[in-house]
Amino acid sequence: MTEKLLEGTKDPAPDSGYPQPPRRMGFFTDTSVCIGCKACEVACKEWNLIPDDGFSLLGMSYDNTGMLGADTWRHVAFIEQDRPLGRQNNAVALMPTGPSASAPNALMVAAGLGEEHGARLGTETGAIQLEPNTDGKPRQPVSADGRTELRWLMASDVCKHCTHAACLDVCPTGSLFRTEFGTVVVQEDICNGCGYCVPACPYGVIDQRKDDGRVWKCTLCYDRMSDGQEPACAKACPTESIQYGPLDELRERAAHRVARLHDAGVADARLYGADPDDGVGGTGAFFLLLDKPEVYGFPPDPVVTTRDLPAMWRHTLFAAVAVAATALAAFAGARR
Amino acid sequence: MSAAQETGSEVRRDGLHHVAPGREALIGSRGGRRPSRGGEVVPPAEFRSYYGRAVIKPPVWKAHNIAGYLFLGGVAGGAALLAAGADLTGRPGMRRAARLISASATGLSLSVLTRDLGRPERAVHMLRVVKPTSPMSIGTWLLGGFSPLVAVAALGEMSAALPRRAADLVGLLARPSGLAATAVAPAITTYTGALIANTAVPVWHESHRELPYLFGASALAAAGGLVTATTPAREAAPARLAGIVGSVAAQVFDRAIHRRLGMVAEPLTGGRPGRLLRASRWCARAGTALLAASAMRHSRALDVAGGLALAAESALTKFGYFHAGTASAADPKYTVLPQRERAEAAQ
Repeated sequence: MTEKLLEGTKDPAPDSGYPQPPRRMGFFTDTSVCIGCKACEVACKEWNLIPDDGFSLLGMSYDNTGMLGADTWRHVAFIEQDRPLGRQNNAVALMPTGPSASAPNALMVAAGLGEEHGARLGTETGAIQLEPNTDGKPRQPVSADGRTELRWLMASDVCKHCTHAACLDVCPTGSLFRTEFGTVVVQEDICNGCGYCVPACPYGVIDQRKDDGRVWKCTLCYDRMSDGQEPACAKACPTESIQYGPLDELRERAAHRVARLHDAGVADARLYGADPDDGVGGTGAFFLLLDKPEVYGFPPDPVVTTRDLPAMWRHTLFAAVAVAATALAAFAGARR
Repeated sequence: MSAAQETGSEVRRDGLHHVAPGREALIGSRGGRRPSRGGEVVPPAEFRSYYGRAVIKPPVWKAHNIAGYLFLGGVAGGAALLAAGADLTGRPGMRRAARLISASATGLSLSVLTRDLGRPERAVHMLRVVKPTSPMSIGTWLLGGFSPLVAVAALGEMSAALPRRAADLVGLLARPSGLAATAVAPAITTYTGALIANTAVPVWHESHRELPYLFGASALAAAGGLVTATTPAREAAPARLAGIVGSVAAQVFDRAIHRRLGMVAEPLTGGRPGRLLRASRWCARAGTALLAASAMRHSRALDVAGGLALAAESALTKFGYFHAGTASAADPKYTVLPQRERAEAAQ
């Protein structure tokens, strides 16, 4: 049983004991068509009755949500970069120049964030040096006043519903469970707020609600799915950046989309989480990104922690034997 | 021709096979520049993040509860071993001290573990399942077996305060209970390494090979120290020895972790965790020296001072590693850089 739980198959629902499950469902979030409208954040909050998580201006971009958490199950990231978008020249006249946030603003926000969000401001996300053109000549600022290229990356983040889900593996109460659709859901009447899943998640998704004590995260709208409806965020997305459907179809569709983007000169387009052989066995919610995953706040190469658990148990056992032997030796070696 | 026919945007997820999706809005396709396919220059491995925000969530555990438990659980397990040894080798003073220490540490452990839950009244939900994939679940069952045994053994030391029939029963059960507790006691001292290593926290997960040994050794140092400090000097020799060996071994494993983790070990040396671990090393030196001196002279004063120093060493180690883990989770650097290197090595 342990072996199956740790390794799993490519299809988690039958592995979790559903004899004839429906097809595995998931999200494909195509960030190349995301317009950052946050309709997904709002729809998710409304449908799932998620409490307000504070109105704060983070001062880092148009993203004032910050990251996923107990009260944020969809999160739209905004990234501003000094790079062109595809073949476009975006450095239009009359655009302001200079950094997107002033130094006092950044300082104030950093102080306000503190350790509460476990975050530290100040690292740059974008490419600061202009990358050379294809002919090898250095790329020049596109206008005389030093205005540079510009692109905005927007991406709607969500729980990944991993094939090998660390949160589910480590949950000591069985509150987290695998649904027949292959998704991972918290049973709130079971969760006792032990908090083990929070640092176990390699994506930093699941979190404890402070005034409630239990953990919360995206359910992929389990209630809507069970009725054949698509999740609220996908329903609300006006550009179909968020697509819901059977995972195998989504993967096929995503592969086509990446190929088309490459043809259009967007060489940076890549899929994230679509590979069933990655460290979490592929994710049920995967993404098309236009830059490296860490730029969006994703881990570049996540591995489910329980993959190393057999080694941990082995060392725990050896260590326990060593402790017992040391205690025994202490009595044998001690003279009165 | 309608837009839908032109772009196929009516095509939804049903029946879509080997067909491009409906969204033909290719970014940048209206631009005038030549295609630069494959012309992107791959920058050298560098650290980038989303506005410096953490990738993973730092633990929500409170340090005084969970780091406190890492220490107390070690004391409980180590002292149970020393109590059984003292019982079998005819050291009543040491047996009494060790049993009382073990039971008190166990009681405190259960208390802090329950208090750290978001819903303490649901602590019993831990008993719904037995999950080998969750060290917390296994630990719950280990503690569940261990606690009543050390409690009965400790009651055996307090029979004077009990009604006579209860005292008779406890007197009968104390030794078998104390001996049975040794079946789980060693695992109680080491599983906490797997408990915190089985997370995405960089410092904890990367040291998953060494942590069970470090925590087990540290538990022997703490239990040996506390039992030595509360035992008549002529009986304390095995506790002194266990404490000294545990302390030395803990320092060895601590060094091994620092060496092997490379850049990820930074949180262990800087800031509060660094201060705690440096203090722990001084306590280790002082404690082992004092107990070694006492092994020659059988001095009660040296025993108390050295024993408390070793207990402090263990507590400082556990709190140091706890805070280092939290610091490594809060800084995206420790999550991103090792993974970026791994990803690029795999390509």
